[in-house]
Amino acid sequence: MTSPIPKSVTPASPVDRSLLYPSPYKEFWHAFSRNKGAVMGLAFMCLVVFCALFAPWVAPHDPSEQYRDFLLTPPVWLEGGTWQFILGTDELGRDLLSRLIQGARLSLLIGLSSVVMSLIPGILLGLLAGFFPHLLGPSIMRLMDVMLALPSLLLAVAIVAILGPGLINTVIAIAIVSLPSYVRLTRAAVMGELNRDYVTAARLAGAGLPRLMFVTVLPNCMAPLIVQATLSFSSAILDAAALGFLGLGVQPPTPEWGTMLASARDYIERAWWVVSLPGLTILLSVLAINLMGDGLRDALDPKLKNAA
Amino acid sequence: MSLLQINNLNVRFGDANAVPVVDGLDLAVDAGEILAIVGESGSGKSVTMMALMGLIDAPGRITADTLSFDGTDMLKLSGRQRRKVVGKDIAMVFQDPMTALNPSYTVGFQIEEVLRQHLGLKGKAARQRALELLKKVEIPAAESRLDAYPHQLSGGMSQRVAIAMAIAGEPKLLIADEPTTALDVTIQAQIMELLVNLQKERNMALILITHDLAVVAETARRVCVMYAGQAVEVGQVPELFDVPAHPYSEALLAAIPEHSIGAERLATLPGIVPGRYDRPDGCLLSPRCPYVQDNCRHQRPPLDPQAHSLVRCFYPLNQEVA
Amino acid sequence: MLSFIARRLGLLIPTFFGITLLTFALIRLIPGDPVEVMMGERRVDPEMHAQAMERLGLNKPLPVQYLDYVGKLAQGDLGESLRTRESVWTEFLTLFPATLELSFAALLFAGTVGLLAGVIAALKRGSLFDHGVMGISLAGYSMPIFWWGLILIMFFSVSLGWTPVSGRIDLLYDIEPKTGFMLIDTLLSDEEGAFKDAVMHLILPAIVLGTIPLAVIARMTRSSMLEVLREDYIRTARAKGLSPARVVFVHGLRNALIPVLTVFGLQVGTLLAGAVLTETIFSWPGVGKWLIEAIGARDYPVVQNGILLIACLVILVNFVVDILYGLANPRIRHQR
Repeated sequence: MTSPIPKSVTPASPVDRSLLYPSPYKEFWHAFSRNKGAVMGLAFMCLVVFCALFAPWVAPHDPSEQYRDFLLTPPVWLEGGTWQFILGTDELGRDLLSRLIQGARLSLLIGLSSVVMSLIPGILLGLLAGFFPHLLGPSIMRLMDVMLALPSLLLAVAIVAILGPGLINTVIAIAIVSLPSYVRLTRAAVMGELNRDYVTAARLAGAGLPRLMFVTVLPNCMAPLIVQATLSFSSAILDAAALGFLGLGVQPPTPEWGTMLASARDYIERAWWVVSLPGLTILLSVLAINLMGDGLRDALDPKLKNAA
Repeated sequence: MSLLQINNLNVRFGDANAVPVVDGLDLAVDAGEILAIVGESGSGKSVTMMALMGLIDAPGRITADTLSFDGTDMLKLSGRQRRKVVGKDIAMVFQDPMTALNPSYTVGFQIEEVLRQHLGLKGKAARQRALELLKKVEIPAAESRLDAYPHQLSGGMSQRVAIAMAIAGEPKLLIADEPTTALDVTIQAQIMELLVNLQKERNMALILITHDLAVVAETARRVCVMYAGQAVEVGQVPELFDVPAHPYSEALLAAIPEHSIGAERLATLPGIVPGRYDRPDGCLLSPRCPYVQDNCRHQRPPLDPQAHSLVRCFYPLNQEVA
Repeated sequence: MLSFIARRLGLLIPTFFGITLLTFALIRLIPGDPVEVMMGERRVDPEMHAQAMERLGLNKPLPVQYLDYVGKLAQGDLGESLRTRESVWTEFLTLFPATLELSFAALLFAGTVGLLAGVIAALKRGSLFDHGVMGISLAGYSMPIFWWGLILIMFFSVSLGWTPVSGRIDLLYDIEPKTGFMLIDTLLSDEEGAFKDAVMHLILPAIVLGTIPLAVIARMTRSSMLEVLREDYIRTARAKGLSPARVVFVHGLRNALIPVLTVFGLQVGTLLAGAVLTETIFSWPGVGKWLIEAIGARDYPVVQNGILLIACLVILVNFVVDILYGLANPRIRHQR
């Protein structure tokens, strides 16, 4: 039987091509914005970032200024509150709102620097462990296993115990503690990608090791890393607050949210706002970041892309 | 009366305006006969059978004029009533045996489950019967396999276990959905032979879903060709292969690589199966059909009896040939 | 099965040595004079300093010091607390049951509620319940648990007066620490109302400590369940005509639980970290509080070996979880 004479296919009705094949950024934003929670998280984080960047101008008062006549003033919506101190004052008469805004700066700083400090060595170590699974892999992973054997907060506490309290040591401790997860993730992703055909193709085409590592393989491992980075950011804020609360992190009078909670403990009965509000800001910020992280993961993970 | 009678079956995922995955399908199967359903991926072959078994979940919706099995109207059954039939009188074997078995339970457990549910067998009696079933599907060293876990079995053996589970309830109709596609070529023949032997022995009706025309030619008596959710030709096996009446059947047969020996290119039909956005108003094959006429594009042809078979075409081929 | 256990034990040993190396290095890294660090005193006169160096073996090369350290550990000598002069090991043993009791209660709470919520949320996907569970669990692992504890204290202890503010049991009761587990000891003693009092003291800390594991377990169960329900073998089970309950609970849950178990195991680590914070808030006399106080007081023998002990604990629990995982998942058991 001879093949049927090919006839031209009846074309489908003309359709806007940009709707059919959107650019990767548009596609990503479309997927991300479908998640209402993620968008809300993003919006809240923008607010926090704004406060952090423009803290000195946004805050109504100087965070360290003590108003002796206004110790433990309630927030404005309670009896005894005043519009001068919208969220009330603490036990030393400092405006809570201004301190919280200043605290945003600190938390974001800690989060950002610890993530960057652990992401870069983490990715490098992960790449090395993945590309040299017999030479370097085992020793790197053993080291990571040992580090992971201790719960992260305890390890951070131990590191701070050695280095001493303070902002910088907090950042270092958190960075060290987050390292193993990046290494593991990168290594797992790298080992998964190394088996793929495009890597073999690149090797055959003559790609050298650095190029293979950073240009060929790494970009395809970024999705889980981005998600992990977001989650580490939120953990960093929580851990920094925990260290502050334990007296091992940022020291008073610096208005880190956790540190503020440590001194607030004595005022549970008298001035609940001093206790509730700093914790609430931690909760909302971490929640926002986690929502964003979830949205990022759903938008970046191709497996979930086509799920109804 | 046929064992299985399906008239105008529609399956949609979504609301009433969603594109149907199965579009007005008519099918009948008699007791003890072997019917093959062939078609490309996405033609709706598996979905039809899953609809019959009650395995389609929301947002899938099933409508049909008739969907009856052994005299029972399957559409009207409650969940509980349906579960008395499914797994017992109608059973199904799926495509990928490696994922069809639960990895956390032994083979024996999974077979005995069916025996307990549908035949009321328990304890030793159930285990004994499970052993017999394993032997029936020709699994070597059946005794020790009863306590094996699925990951310890090869693909061919897993499929035999799946078949054992399916025939455990002594079904009147066995549906095999591409049972050999995921297996090695050498095993494929063995499994097909097993299925045919079991069918003959138990006088079961067998619906064989496949896209392997060679298997159809060797095994089935009747064949139903599906395209884009519709049955386009239903006929007897030797005739349909010799004198296909529907252009799509002809194209399918022409696409068998052995038919293109000596030619420069493999014979294909240009274009792709209509999807969500480009479903034609007329005959679903009209955008691709080499014999298309004007009215084909605007009217849907019905499935009508012609010289050798039921054909869904205004201008069926090979009608002159006796 | 035995070979599986043996293999896992084999992995344990190098990790253990890694930990000892880590804790050894930890102390050596502390800035300042090692004698002062070890002895906890500010200024020591030169003669005593030299003697101390000799005694503490600080003038030997580092590898030798490490071997000495490990040797001492093998003999069970974990040093003395600088504050109480008690053996670190004895202190740990006394305080450890309190942490264990708290952790156990927290895990029980987190496990039962989390599993149930996760399964129901998966079955009723997209419903209000599902969204509620997801929302609450998201909040659960986003919140600082020390704050959560303070809020609960504020609400339940101070405002409502339902639960006590701190401690394991009211000072009124004099309970003999036979097992170290307050719940058991109060039952064994013949003090009236002691058991109920112990339970009341345990509730709030257990809830606070269990909140994050609860959130994680609920999420994990839900997503695991959803994934499992999509698998082919679920379709096979339904095609066999099995009841929906059987399909979900026998075929589905069994496989869904497997990843949840790993998460469960990982939660132990989080739990111990959380215990540190929870014990501080509720003045619960466990090893977490002990460690934090030691750090604050620069009680280095306690810090060093306390961390070691806790790390060993975590490794041990992970080991047990690994074994349980092997029991649950036949595929892992038979792997090389």
